Amino acid sequence: MKEISCKLLIIGAGPGGYICAIRAGQLGIDTVIVEAVKPGGTCLNVGCIPSKAMIHAADEYLKVSEMAAGTSPLGISLSAPALDLARTVAWKDRIVGRLTTGVAGLLKKARVKSVQGWARFRDGKTVEVDTETGLQVIRAETIVIATGSVPVELPFLPFGGSVISSTGALALKQVPQALAVVGGGYIGLELGTAFAKLGAKVTVVEALPRILPQYDAELTRPVAKRLEALGVKVLTAAKAKGLSAKGDALLVEAADGSEQKIAADKVLVTVGRKPLVEGWGLEEIDLDRDGRFIRIDEQCRTSMRGIYAIGDVTGEPMLAHRAMAQGEMVAEIVAGHKRSWDKRSIPAVCFTDPEVVTAGLSPDEAKALSIEIKSSSFPFSANGRAMTLLGEDGFVRIVARADNHLVLGIQAVGTGVSELSSAFSLAIEMGARLEDIAGTIHAHPTQSEAFLEAALRTLGHALHI
Amino acid sequence: MGEHVIKLPDVGEGVAEAELVEWHVKIGDLVREDAVIAAVMTDKATVEIPSPVDGEIIWLGAEIGETVAVGSPIVRIKIAGDGPAETVAEVAAAEPNSEARQPAPAAVEAAPAPAKKAEPAAKPLAPTAALKPVPRATTVGLPRPEGERPLASPAVRLRAKEAGIDLRQIPGTGPAGRVTHEDLDGFAARGAAVPVAGLQAKSGVEEIKVIGLRRRIAEKMALAKSRIPHITYVEEIDVTGLEELRAKLNAAKKPDRPKLTLLPFLMRALVKAVGEQPQLNAVYDDDAGIIHRHAGVHIGMAAQTPGGLMVPVVKHAEARDLWDCAAEVNRLAEAAKAGTATREELTGSTITITSLGAMGGVATTPVINYPEVAVVGVNKIMIRPMWDGTQFVPRKMMNLSSSFDHRVIDGWDAAVFVQRIKALLEAPAMIFVEG
Repeated sequence: MKEISCKLLIIGAGPGGYICAIRAGQLGIDTVIVEAVKPGGTCLNVGCIPSKAMIHAADEYLKVSEMAAGTSPLGISLSAPALDLARTVAWKDRIVGRLTTGVAGLLKKARVKSVQGWARFRDGKTVEVDTETGLQVIRAETIVIATGSVPVELPFLPFGGSVISSTGALALKQVPQALAVVGGGYIGLELGTAFAKLGAKVTVVEALPRILPQYDAELTRPVAKRLEALGVKVLTAAKAKGLSAKGDALLVEAADGSEQKIAADKVLVTVGRKPLVEGWGLEEIDLDRDGRFIRIDEQCRTSMRGIYAIGDVTGEPMLAHRAMAQGEMVAEIVAGHKRSWDKRSIPAVCFTDPEVVTAGLSPDEAKALSIEIKSSSFPFSANGRAMTLLGEDGFVRIVARADNHLVLGIQAVGTGVSELSSAFSLAIEMGARLEDIAGTIHAHPTQSEAFLEAALRTLGHALHI
Repeated sequence: MGEHVIKLPDVGEGVAEAELVEWHVKIGDLVREDAVIAAVMTDKATVEIPSPVDGEIIWLGAEIGETVAVGSPIVRIKIAGDGPAETVAEVAAAEPNSEARQPAPAAVEAAPAPAKKAEPAAKPLAPTAALKPVPRATTVGLPRPEGERPLASPAVRLRAKEAGIDLRQIPGTGPAGRVTHEDLDGFAARGAAVPVAGLQAKSGVEEIKVIGLRRRIAEKMALAKSRIPHITYVEEIDVTGLEELRAKLNAAKKPDRPKLTLLPFLMRALVKAVGEQPQLNAVYDDDAGIIHRHAGVHIGMAAQTPGGLMVPVVKHAEARDLWDCAAEVNRLAEAAKAGTATREELTGSTITITSLGAMGGVATTPVINYPEVAVVGVNKIMIRPMWDGTQFVPRKMMNLSSSFDHRVIDGWDAAVFVQRIKALLEAPAMIFVEG
């Protein structure tokens, strides 16, 4: 097969890779992108998008179930709902299909050449791809590694059979009767909550003393409360040990040291993700590493000239929007623009019930940096719109510098707060002070008023509390 | 919240007041301990005044160019914690005055700042400085500590990046010290003048406040020219013989001796000449109508320094030999350039020499160092063809341009004085003959 020569080669068409390719195409760079599976990567195919689809379906199902049970405070009642999970999954797959097709179209429109197959470095300028039609050699002036990450597997709970990863959980045809979730991080809780709402008996096993350990206890409290209300059993400081001999239960060493057997027809293992650094010839080019990740500088350059790396393979936070921003930046650098990483905020959203949003520094993080801070929160229980949505749990919290009121961080937990993340991030990127937020009219009646009130409260004059 | 008052410290022996030449802060600024807040100038020496505390500047006690008496309050700083307190700012060179640094709450008035200052030496304050109420405490950013990232919106950061401008160099004027688009425009306009081909009209007027040493020079020159009717007399001098002697002395000199320039010869000639005409080595107090004729010859030597013209003084030139004069000239010139010349070394001259060396030109019209009565200006040495009676011969010629106070020195006396110097320099052995 004839060799391809190009200016820019991108390995991996996840959010980082495809954004990099589209932007490079827009800038007139001769670009090739290689993807082994489908464009969109983890995010579109087995991550963000399909999980949100399933979470939404579960929310809807729970609502009508409550209406059928006569417990809805809205005064709506109906007869018992039925769930056809296969059709739910098919609906989810159609969304994924539309999006991946859309990405392929966008790449084409940007005149990016897509090559399907598994790529492998031959040297720092040459990659060979196993395609359906044979080995394709691609030579490129610049190469971007965007191989992403994969779920971490536990040696005593290998994926297969009843042990599934998040990818497997999104493809289930039936709601499991009893689901054990190993790992109380955001992926396990998002999916565990959804399956609980769909009717599964869910048990979460977390090795650390509390769930969502990356957040402070104040933020996770409403989530823990809701899990309890949904009947999800949470075992903290507990260690999963393996499957029972029959394979119908998870063996757990509880906090008190006792051995417990948790009946489960499916065991979902969500103990984190690891960078995909194997199988594509990293050993051929011997890049510097940063722990498990590939070491990059503020321009996403690796230790080898002409090779960049973006996204999950470069480190935490492993979030699609970080990868996308890196991909866009790298395309512009390759086009000769002066760019470097100068983002102040990479917001993170956890689609649990209620949702959790963080942007910038938490109070503890700011204190750890020896910054004198002012911090206050405003509860949704004092927000009219939240009441009308049956979403009174949670709050918005602001962290600001004590001396000049510069906003350092914003956190929120509550129903639908994921959409507030844009306001939070904008405030931090723009260098807003508390007075800037307090001086901005926030539409009534919306949950965003809690953001305004949190700023006012930090300044000492909240109006609605 | 307390208040901290900084008073002008004793910046030099016998100095009762100093001119404020620079503010490093403005009202509302937050300062860190040891940050320089002001610079004052006394007798041509500049002293920086640091802040002894962290806090916010709420009052400035003088305008730039204003003369402030030692001990008068110059800055009030709002500080966290207890107050009030006051200090006399510490000056690196001066002895800390421990007595004056003790808290004296009674001396401090409550904020807002008083509209009137107690010190009679100072002029009234501008209303903006005195009457402005205490500004908002939290809206002004601290100076960005080292290592902290500059605050700017993504659009400003992108523009700066593309223009190759390091945002850390730009002081932000926005809230919390945010760098705005305007700050960036201003910085780019000031810093990055892009060379353009062809001729271009330029606009804009830069205002430079005349303060410090420049102001002193300006005042003195204006005084000299307004009070003294100058008469300037230019004569040419054949220095061929003097230059030969100088070359020989320099070639044969001991290593520990300074290299001789023309200046020490001229100084010695001057000493000899004023010995015969003491009316020229004098200071004329025109207000009192008294001429002070000095027995000692203290020769001021005008010297160019980075800050401007200074006139260190070679004291008692009559008691110094050629080498001693040369060594003293070198020492004083270095001190003046380094800014370490003391007040004593910069005052007390009775007659002055001004020389621009190789830049000396053909003739100058020197301005008398008021209240002296004579100044001798040295022009450039040039080889010129001179008629020796039978032919033109190349001679090293140098002009002396000298000015005199015509109120007390007649033209005749001036001419006699210059001719005497000419005779001495043209036959340099005469300089060293006693009597």
